[in-house]
Amino acid sequence: MANTLRQISAITRINIKSIPQRFWMSLSTIVAIALVVGVLLGFLAMGNGFKKTLSSSGTKDVAILLRDGSDSEINSVVMREQTQLIEEAPGVARVNGKALVSAELYVVVDGKRRTNGIKANMPLRGLDSTGFALRPGVTFSKGRLFRPGTNEVIVGSGLVREFSGFDLGQTIRFGTSTWTIVGVFDAGGSVYESEIWGDVSVVQSQFKRLNSYQSIRAKLASPDQLAALKAYVDKDQRLKLETRSEADYFAAQAKQSSDLISNLGWPLAIIMTFGAVAGALNTMYSSVSVRTAEIGTLRAIGFGGFPTFVGTLIEAVILAAIGAVLGSVVIWLFVNGLSTSSLGGSFTQVVFTFSLTPRIITTAILLALLIGFIGGFFPALRAARQPIAAMVNE
Amino acid sequence: MLYQLRNVSKRFTKAKETLTIFDNLNMDIPEGDFVAMMGPSGSGKTTLLNILGGIDKVTSGEVSFAGNRIDGYSEGQLSEWRAANVGFIFQFYNLMPMLSAAQNVELPLMLTNLSGAKRKENVATALNIVNLSDRAKHYPREMSGGQQQRVAIARAMVSDPQLLLCDEPTGDLDRTTADEILTTLQVLNRELGKTIVMVTHDPEAARYAKRTLHLNKGVFEDKMVMA
Ligand SMILES: Nc1ncnc2c1ncn2[C@@H]1O[C@H](COP(=O)(O)OP(=O)(O)O)[C@@H](O)[C@H]1O
Ligand SMILES: [Mg+2]
Repeated sequence: MANTLRQISAITRINIKSIPQRFWMSLSTIVAIALVVGVLLGFLAMGNGFKKTLSSSGTKDVAILLRDGSDSEINSVVMREQTQLIEEAPGVARVNGKALVSAELYVVVDGKRRTNGIKANMPLRGLDSTGFALRPGVTFSKGRLFRPGTNEVIVGSGLVREFSGFDLGQTIRFGTSTWTIVGVFDAGGSVYESEIWGDVSVVQSQFKRLNSYQSIRAKLASPDQLAALKAYVDKDQRLKLETRSEADYFAAQAKQSSDLISNLGWPLAIIMTFGAVAGALNTMYSSVSVRTAEIGTLRAIGFGGFPTFVGTLIEAVILAAIGAVLGSVVIWLFVNGLSTSSLGGSFTQVVFTFSLTPRIITTAILLALLIGFIGGFFPALRAARQPIAAMVNE
Repeated sequence: MLYQLRNVSKRFTKAKETLTIFDNLNMDIPEGDFVAMMGPSGSGKTTLLNILGGIDKVTSGEVSFAGNRIDGYSEGQLSEWRAANVGFIFQFYNLMPMLSAAQNVELPLMLTNLSGAKRKENVATALNIVNLSDRAKHYPREMSGGQQQRVAIARAMVSDPQLLLCDEPTGDLDRTTADEILTTLQVLNRELGKTIVMVTHDPEAARYAKRTLHLNKGVFEDKMVMA
């Protein structure tokens, strides 16, 4: 056994020392594997970042009520009378007898990406001070809250980062109305950082939605009061609304979108994997065939078939490992933490950052090692099994 | 007797055609012999040498080495047997280009349990015997053909095998260099008692051997094949 290990290490050393003889070929294999790793990491980091943003947006002690059958705010409608019924519902938290219920408007306005000037959908949310209070993580990095009854708006920091025209003090036109930006807020990396907020009654009148809203948020007395509220809503014929916790609402959206991203990323990575396997096979077959006489000589001297096999396999796996590290480092340095935006569940842009995790990196590295293993396996078999007599005089 | 070949046949089958290289070949090689094997191209010299070296198999017949049948050995048994008993010397040296002379010579010792220090000592001795002590750190591309073949000889004998098998060891070298190599082989045979089988085209080279066998179409033309 010790002897086998010594043989493996000797052959591996010889193989690695001979890599420079096939420098460009080995490098192209490394790059192909790095590309696979990079693409996979990119997509997985994107899906993960998106999920993190959405899942940090909701809490369990706020209920969100949408029209039955709507799974996002954009295609929901809620009437004023329904809001009033929710204010009287059980399970809703109250301060000095006033229910913490926020009826909110959610309309789509245009923004322009800073990078390329292309138009994209931005959410403009109308809310009042209760709605503001239901998002305790919101802090102003610049400016202040809009004053009720004015055309003032505040904007999320993610949106300011990715889209132009939203800097503090600027005025901006949405349709026929003109608004002034009086504040920029952070919201703990949540989806709210991609929104524009204005006073609900002003947004209602400017967008001619006098009696309607898109959603109702209600602070629950405690998270387990959700069931009571839901039972009340389901029983009342006037309330054709669906009741969910905010956390569940965003988790469902997160899953949908990040599944979509992963479902794009994996097939692409797998297609590229086939290419990389072909490249690795090619490199390793060539490595073995260029050195047929050398390998045959080693075996003639008495090196065993198994050490020859393992030594060749290790060469391929080492190339793959270098590719994996290269791909990971590039993504880590240049993509991880990068801010971007993508269409979210409400057909508006959600700003988020690429986010790598050890688990994602492990997945990509395992894929790379698998590529190296397959790419090395068959050439290694040939190196170990080809008749020696036919090899030594090549 | 070091080698006994009895009724050895070798056939290659390719695309349903069978090519018979030898049929019922018999041969003895005593310990300490130095045999030159001559014959026209394609007469089966290399094939026979490969069979003697355990890197090719007979189709039928018996091959005994020091009284042991090696024709039935598995690949693994043959590997170990070669490591212990055979040194190969090839026409084109077959050195590892990325290893220095000393590292090339050390390769067979990787198959032993010798310590690193002992391996280095044996490598130095082997390089000294072929007169290349000053080239230990040189790479094959930095050496002449004759020097490379001397490295190959040092590699073949470093683990002290009984047998040296040489396939046209001077086929790629000029006369003077060839004579140096052949003298070295003769010294190994006479002074260290190595048994040598050498395939060659060159009648001058054959003179360094104790005897010469002529192979033609798979048959020895000599009388003294058997001891
Ligand atoms: N692996 C092989 N498959 C088929 N034919 C072979 C193989 N090896 C050698 N031969 C044939 O066997 C014959 C003898 O070859 P070889 O032993 O190399 O001759 P020599 O060394 O005397 O020139 C040649 O005709 C050669 O083509
Ligand atoms: Mg030959």
